[in-house]
Amino acid sequence: MLEIISERFVYIPIIILMMTGLYVVISTGNLVKRMVGLSLFQTSVSLIYIAVAKVFGGAPPILPEAHGEGYPDGAADSSAGADHAVVQTDHGSQIVEMASDHGSDAGHAAEAVSHAVDAAHATLYSNPLPHVLILTAIVVGVATLAVGLALVVRIREAYGTIEDDALNAADYSVETGGTE
Amino acid sequence: MYSPEVSLALALAIPAFGGALVALLGSRPNVREAVTLIAGVLLVLNVAHLVEIAQSNPTLTLATLAPGLELTFKLEPLGALFAAVASGLWLVNSLYSIGYMRGNKEKNQTRFYVSFCIAIMSAMGVALSGNLLTLFVFYEILTLSTFPLVTHKGDAKAKRGGRIYLTILLGTSIGLLLPAIIATHFLAGSTDFVAGGLLALNDVTPVIAGVLLVMFAFGIGKAALMPIHPWLPNAMVAPTPVSAFLHAVAVVKAGVFSILKVGTYIFGPAMIAAAPTSEPLAWIAGISIVLASVIALTKDNLKERLAFSTVSQLSYVTLAVMLGSPLAMLGGALQIVMHAWGKITLFMSAGAIYTATKATNISQMKGLGHHMPWLFGAYTLGALSIIGLPPLGGAWPKLFLIQGAWESGHGILIIALIASSLLNVAYLLPVSIRGFFEPAETLGLKKPTPMMVILPPVITAAGVLILFFLIGPLRDYLMPVFATTPHAGVSL
Amino acid sequence: MIDFIASLTPDAIIRHAPVLIVVLPLILAPIAAIIPSGRAGWSISLIGALFVGWMALILFGQVAEHGVIEYAMGGWSAPLGIVYRVDALNLPVLALIGTIGLLCVFYALPTVSDEIDSKQQPLFYSAFLICFAGLLGVTITGDAFNVFVFVEISSLATYALIAMGAGKDRRALTASYNYLILGTIGATFFVIGVGFLYMATGTLNMADMARILAENGHTRVTQAAFAFIVVGLGLKAAMFPLHVWLPNAYANAPSFVTAFLASTATKVAFYALIRFIYGVYHPEDAHFVMMAFTWVFAVVGVIGMLFASVQAVFQTDPRRLLAYSSVAQVGYMMLGLGLGNALGLAAALLHLVNHAIMKGTLFMALGAFGLKFGIRRISDLNGLGRTMPAAAIAFTVAGISLVGVPLTIGFTSKWYLILAVLERGWWWAVAAVIISSLLALAYIARMLAAIWMEDSPQRDGKPVARTRAPWMVLAPMSLLAFANVYFFFNADPLVSMAQRAAAAVMVGH
Repeated sequence: MLEIISERFVYIPIIILMMTGLYVVISTGNLVKRMVGLSLFQTSVSLIYIAVAKVFGGAPPILPEAHGEGYPDGAADSSAGADHAVVQTDHGSQIVEMASDHGSDAGHAAEAVSHAVDAAHATLYSNPLPHVLILTAIVVGVATLAVGLALVVRIREAYGTIEDDALNAADYSVETGGTE
Repeated sequence: MYSPEVSLALALAIPAFGGALVALLGSRPNVREAVTLIAGVLLVLNVAHLVEIAQSNPTLTLATLAPGLELTFKLEPLGALFAAVASGLWLVNSLYSIGYMRGNKEKNQTRFYVSFCIAIMSAMGVALSGNLLTLFVFYEILTLSTFPLVTHKGDAKAKRGGRIYLTILLGTSIGLLLPAIIATHFLAGSTDFVAGGLLALNDVTPVIAGVLLVMFAFGIGKAALMPIHPWLPNAMVAPTPVSAFLHAVAVVKAGVFSILKVGTYIFGPAMIAAAPTSEPLAWIAGISIVLASVIALTKDNLKERLAFSTVSQLSYVTLAVMLGSPLAMLGGALQIVMHAWGKITLFMSAGAIYTATKATNISQMKGLGHHMPWLFGAYTLGALSIIGLPPLGGAWPKLFLIQGAWESGHGILIIALIASSLLNVAYLLPVSIRGFFEPAETLGLKKPTPMMVILPPVITAAGVLILFFLIGPLRDYLMPVFATTPHAGVSL
Repeated sequence: MIDFIASLTPDAIIRHAPVLIVVLPLILAPIAAIIPSGRAGWSISLIGALFVGWMALILFGQVAEHGVIEYAMGGWSAPLGIVYRVDALNLPVLALIGTIGLLCVFYALPTVSDEIDSKQQPLFYSAFLICFAGLLGVTITGDAFNVFVFVEISSLATYALIAMGAGKDRRALTASYNYLILGTIGATFFVIGVGFLYMATGTLNMADMARILAENGHTRVTQAAFAFIVVGLGLKAAMFPLHVWLPNAYANAPSFVTAFLASTATKVAFYALIRFIYGVYHPEDAHFVMMAFTWVFAVVGVIGMLFASVQAVFQTDPRRLLAYSSVAQVGYMMLGLGLGNALGLAAALLHLVNHAIMKGTLFMALGAFGLKFGIRRISDLNGLGRTMPAAAIAFTVAGISLVGVPLTIGFTSKWYLILAVLERGWWWAVAAVIISSLLALAYIARMLAAIWMEDSPQRDGKPVARTRAPWMVLAPMSLLAFANVYFFFNADPLVSMAQRAAAAVMVGH
């Protein structure tokens, strides 16, 4: 039991954040606070991804200067649009993890599978991919927050309030034939 | 050049082009009326040809929607007969409409005649359909094209009548008829009309056949089986030529014709007899017959009385199908013909009386027979035919039905038929009796009655008389359709 | 014709068509935002839409020739790089988005000029181009996280687009805000699901995921991932009970936005759902997916179609009514998906395309009415049959198509769907489809009765003369209305396209 908690402790804050965020979204009547809750919720997702990336005993995924060979032609491409860049190392391909109910936890010891002929410099790296994914997700979260807050500002201008109850009352009175 | 396929296509094309021309010529009433009449004559000639060639079952594929889904025409004696009745009576009705609409100075006459053309086109489509899908398509077009006719007057009552009309007819067709058709396709792989019954050929169990039978019986709302009938009396808000058309020529006859066609070519008499629900349905039809007649007795408005009479008479055909006996089904087919001619006479008479005197209720029609002898004479002949007395055409369907009921072991239902005849006497003849035998009222005619509203009912009354003597050819024409044994592999 | 166009196109463009179809609208968006003229913004949108249409045709030809097109972004091939993949499943969806986009752009010029303030129009068109690019991206990508990115791109633009309806009705703001909250929660659920899948397989490429899942079997992680993905995409697809954002959003957005979104947004999400269910998980191997078909999708579909149809009957605002109707139609698609067989999937895909055509016509016609008369309640539709006959006829044709009257594509959809359901023997589902059709009859008939049977609108006591909407509104609307009927008589192209799509995704790669 203690093992499970010590191995998977990271999920406790994740779950707490996620549920707190969702609860705030559902329970609050204030639109700005709702956006805050949403941000909390999205942050917890970042944590999930980052937790996966950690490889115990792994080095930061940066190739040392001397290691000239193995770099793909040109820098890592990032394509137009919102795609994320994938950094390839000559040793690492994907970290293939088998998560099973009984076995290791997802964020746990992952073996870097080396395909390279040059096996002499086999090294363990933390997975950079989830970090990149989360950067994207953070950007999306920021954009969402911005759009949401912009909407809140406009709602305030149009309705004079940012409380849910007052807004509902204003909207439904129109529907039940108030202003026409 | 005049191949069977061409004449099948012409049956649709003539009224369609007629309708288009009428729409274009709306501003010139005389030319417009002429177009309608010419289209009517051409259609009658074309259908006469179709009647001749029906035994060889020519087919025509109108459109292939997708593999396995086709709109096709397949000519066979039942359909040809219905087409003949419809086209013949359309011509008569068009003559009558001209007289009526002008005599009553109705508005929106172009829309009226165009809708008529489209409606008769869809009736032709129903008559000539080769599979259930085609039948359904033209059935729906018929509903939609007769809607402007029902709501012609445009006042609140007309709109209400139109709403009930559409709700019941579209509701039953989408809610019951369509699923029944799709289920048939699912069970049999197609919806083609096949001699001996498509479902019988595919070994469908009696229970499933029974369920489908119920869905078809109530899904074909135009057959006005109780309790689906309310659309019919409510459609009486329409001008009388429309009522005559609805109740004799196109709509109701398309309904009962569809039931007859489905009974003959989708189920087959043997399968109907085996289905567990055919007996309850036969009883419902019998109750319909009597109940509608009783309600008719209570109506003072002549058109409403005739409407309920129609409900009753239509259930004859439904009863005929549900008995599962070929002889009864022959009676049903004959009923389509005889009732059409008889009822249109009655309706046209009612309309003529209205045109002349603005009288709509029977209590207002005392003694009018002295002023309009020919009209009331025609009415009487039509009434006698509906009642079922020889030497008028309506005697034959009754006879065959009674025989069929006896043969199939449903002797009790003969009581319904006889009761219906008695009730018919009670609610149809008073008009004639009051017309002829009561003293003439001084409140007579407002203006001379146009010949065009008197002549058509007289023609159809004569027709009813003549049809009595045509029973031989009619029976020989129809009998091959109602064989009991499914001919495996022979499509119609 | 496709060969002719392909022959005119430079080879480089053909090779890069899968990425250009997404990239070009995205590049045009900031250009449209910078130029301060609304007209210019519209022209740029038009260029974008035409280009997308061109690319869609190219891709049609390519798929016809090669079967499946795979394009590796930046030369990084699968499974490490992001791969764009066009096959028989997403090609129809791409074509649909492109066609609807083009028609809606024509429709946009008069309606947007009427509804949106001229200073905001450039930004409006810019947001549209972003949304357009996002939807195309979701459809064409073969990478799971990329789906999330594009979903969010299109959604953010959508929130902005919907909120622009505030010029006419301030409820657009609250509608957009609520959609933002729910949409973000949904997208986040989706990304959690993708994260779980990544943990389980170590790859983000959907085809690769499928391979690894097939080799290694399923665990609770992948099951949880499935649940999260279904909820996330289901929310975007307006699957009952995750549909609550849709009625308000569609009712209060500008008419161009509603017409465009009603025909594309939920369809794209539904496509993504199919892609994940069949393209990543293989239902034959995963028992929980088969269970989900029957117990989640079919049930939700049936309840959705009944519930939403009933709610639609009680609406007084025509646009909200049609929005609820859209939810019901999504229920049909979910039922088709939930049948779990190729027949059902083909029926669902056929309905996807047909419904887009139907709803596009309906909303365009309502927008045409709104352009001249302003439509808030059904009674505002009174008598428009005489005053605006072209729009009224289009509305009528699409309306009876929605009900399922023959001679229209709605009938074809219902036919195939009911046949597919009968194949499974689910009589209760057939009854539900029929009942919701009857309910559709009820609410469509109400609107048609108002249009055709009531007196014309009056101004100063006299009936208004017959007015015609601008041809840019009439042309796309009439084209779509015509398509409603044309594809009934010529059903084969759509039906066989749907069947091929279903076959492509069920057989496997």
